[in-house]
Amino acid sequence: MDPILVLRLPRLRYVQARTVEEAAAIVGSDGGRAMLIAGGTDLLPNLKRRQFDVATLVSLRGIPGWDAITGDPQAGMSLSAGATLDQVARHPAVLSGYRALAQAAGLVSTPQIRYMGTLGGNLMVDPRCNYYNQTFAWRKAVGFCLKKDGDICLVARSSPRCWAVSSSDTAPVAVAFAASVVLQGMAGTRRVRAAELYRDDGIDYTTRKRDEVITSVEFPAARTTTSAYWKLRRRGSFDFPIVGAAVVIWWEDGVVRDARGALSAVGSHPVDISSYLSSLRGVHPDERLIAELAAAADKPARPLDNTDLSHYWRKRMTRVFIERALRDAAGLDPQAGLLTAQLKS
Amino acid sequence: MPVTDKVPVHLLVNGEAYEVMVPPYKTLLEVLREDLGLTGTKHGCELGECSMCGVLVDGKPYLSCLAMPLDLQQAEISTVEGLANGNEPHPLQRAFAELGAAQCGYCTPAMLLTAKSLLDSNPRPSREAIRQALAGVLCRCTGYLKIFEAVELAAARSSTSPPAAHV
Repeated sequence: MDPILVLRLPRLRYVQARTVEEAAAIVGSDGGRAMLIAGGTDLLPNLKRRQFDVATLVSLRGIPGWDAITGDPQAGMSLSAGATLDQVARHPAVLSGYRALAQAAGLVSTPQIRYMGTLGGNLMVDPRCNYYNQTFAWRKAVGFCLKKDGDICLVARSSPRCWAVSSSDTAPVAVAFAASVVLQGMAGTRRVRAAELYRDDGIDYTTRKRDEVITSVEFPAARTTTSAYWKLRRRGSFDFPIVGAAVVIWWEDGVVRDARGALSAVGSHPVDISSYLSSLRGVHPDERLIAELAAAADKPARPLDNTDLSHYWRKRMTRVFIERALRDAAGLDPQAGLLTAQLKS
Repeated sequence: MPVTDKVPVHLLVNGEAYEVMVPPYKTLLEVLREDLGLTGTKHGCELGECSMCGVLVDGKPYLSCLAMPLDLQQAEISTVEGLANGNEPHPLQRAFAELGAAQCGYCTPAMLLTAKSLLDSNPRPSREAIRQALAGVLCRCTGYLKIFEAVELAAARSSTSPPAAHV
C-alpha cells in the first residue's frame, strides 16, 4: 500500500523493559525524548498524528506481574497499572466492591480497545482537544495550537493556558474513591492520592515525573460502599467521555457516612465535587435532596467548545449525569430523577 | 547505530512461525500485510476507531494497527487467512456468505474473527452478547442485522442443539 495513504508511526527505537527500574532509567535519562508505552491505544494514534516528538518508546508489557489484581473489598484492592480495562471491568471483586470502577473501565471505547488498553494508560490519557487530536496535515492547515507546534490556544485565543480536556473514565473514579497511585522512579517509590496525580492544565497535566512509572493503583477497603459512574458520549460503543460523573457513598446504619464525587471531561483535570455532596452525611437521601445537590454540583464544570457536541449542552447535562450517578449509588432508578424529567419538558 | 535499523521479530501467525527483519516502529498490521503477505487484514482509520484491522491475539480481538510486533513474540496471532480448514470454510464464513452478511466485504475479516472469539468463549450467545462483542467493528453497508443473523446461524449449526428453524 502506498505509504502516503497510510498513517505510520515515526521512526523510533522500541525498547522492551524487563523491570520497572530499567524503564524508569531509560525514560529518565533520554533527555525527554523517550515515552512509556503500555497498551498503546492512546499513545500510538497520537504518535501517528505527530502529537509528540519521540525518539524511543519503552514498553512495559514484559514486566513480570504487570497485570496483577489482588486483594478484596474487605481489605482494599491493588490493581497493577498494566491490568487491562477488560480485566478491570470483569473482575468479580472489582464488580462487587468498586462498581463505579468496573463501570468506567467497561465504558471505555470499544471491546477491542479494552482488551489492549490498561488502567495505568487510562489514568494517563493525554488530555484531548478538537484542535489537537488531529493529523499533522490538519493541524498545519488550520494553524498549530499551544499544545503542539503553535503558540496560541485555538479554543480561547487570549488564554495563556491550554484547555485540553481530561478524558479518562477511570480517573474520576479513582479520585472519588480516594485511591492511591503508586509511582516508581529512579529516586524510589512514592504514593500519591489520585487527585494529586493531576494538574489543571491541558499540557502539563500530571505531577508524574518523567522518570516515574505508575506501577499500581490502590483502592481503600470498601465494605459498606456503593458507587456509580455515568458517561455521556455520542455513540454508546465508542468515544471518549464528554461528561463523566463518578460518585462513591460510604454507608453506616442506613445513612450516608460520607460521599465523594468527581467529574470527567469538564476541565483539564478530574474535577472533584465532593464538597458539594457534604449535606448527604447523616441522612438517607431522597430524590429531592439528590436533585438539589446535583443541580449545584455542576458549578465547577467548565466545558468549552473543544470536544464533540455543544458545550452548552454538555454543561446542561452535567447536573443530569451527577444526578444519575447519585441515584444509581443510592439504589434509585438512575433515569427517573427530577433533573432527567426536566430534560423532557 | 541509526534508529532505522531493522530488528528480528518472531511471530506465530495462524500456527506458522515466521521470522522477519522489520523496523521496530512498524505496526502488526503493516508487518502482516507488507512483510508476511497476509493482506486479508485491512487498513482502516489507523487510529483504533474502526477495528477494520482486527485480528486475534491469544484468542482475543486486537487492533493490529495499534499493536507492536515486538511485544507479541510470545503470542498466538490469528488472521482471517487461518480461519478456513483447508478448503472447508469456517462455519462463520459459510453463514456470512449464505445470509449476505458481507456486502463490500471490507469489515468482514474483522467481523469474522471478532465473532469467532465470541463463539469460542460463548457458543450460543444472545443477540445482545453478539451486539456487544461486535460493537467496535464498523460496517457501513449491512446495518449489522445480517451480520448478527449470520453469527446466530453459525452458532446454531456448531452447537449440539438442533439447527434453528430458519436454516
